[in-house]
Amino acid sequence: MTVSISEFFREAANWGFLAIALPTLYAGWRTVTSNNIVRAVLYLVVSLGGTAALFFMLGAPFVGWTVVLVYIGAVIILFLIGIMITRAPLGVEAVLSHDRSVKAPAALLSTVMFGVVTWALLDAFSNEAIAPFEPTDTTELGFLIFDRFVIPFEVVSFVLLAALIGGIALARMDAEPPE
Amino acid sequence: MTIVQFLIVGIALFSFGLYGVITRKNAVLVLVSVELMLAAVNINMVTFDVYLQDALHQGQIFSLFIIALAAAEVGIGIAIVLMIYRNRQSADVDELNLMKG
Repeated sequence: MTVSISEFFREAANWGFLAIALPTLYAGWRTVTSNNIVRAVLYLVVSLGGTAALFFMLGAPFVGWTVVLVYIGAVIILFLIGIMITRAPLGVEAVLSHDRSVKAPAALLSTVMFGVVTWALLDAFSNEAIAPFEPTDTTELGFLIFDRFVIPFEVVSFVLLAALIGGIALARMDAEPPE
Repeated sequence: MTIVQFLIVGIALFSFGLYGVITRKNAVLVLVSVELMLAAVNINMVTFDVYLQDALHQGQIFSLFIIALAAAEVGIGIAIVLMIYRNRQSADVDELNLMKG
């Protein structure tokens, strides 16, 4: 099943998609270009909120809410704490990015990457429509995690525990150098 | 809805993140760009999960694991940046040239 351009704009859901995707992309762009470090992190909030909204559109509410809770709730706070503790340069004069000699190759690399992958995606899927779907049942997802995927789940728990202990060990103020 | 429209948003965010990782000077902002790339990967995962109508929902479960690992990565990353700042009084990745010959 394929969709033509005019059919694309006739579908109401696609206008909703554009209303989410364009601010997400703009915020993503400003995250990596903004000259104000706090604003860059707050643009990341908008961008991650946009991805959460896309997950709701795709019928994955559990993943969407996890993004809101873990990313927007916890990770952003960590970033803001990191900015405050390291006394990052604030204000319009702050230099947060490299100069043109680094920016030009970086822009070239990411543009080429975007172009190649977009071409490959269009070549592989062209304008294939997503078949109608029901939102994923969170109960079903929970049963799958604790049944079929329980060992990866436990491994992730250990990784989080190791990260927690490692974070405490690294950031302790009164760390004595070993004898 | 087509599948490509979601995947293109994903690759665009990934390219922005790649650009940010290379151009940013401040170590915290490099981590921010990495988060942007991981969010882009999650969009891909969930899109393919819905497109393939996977009975095991492996795309969504894998994206949940990615979110958990990204949180761990940020925790450790910020702790390392903190240590570097404490030792060098700067969180600028350019000034970390101790291992340069």
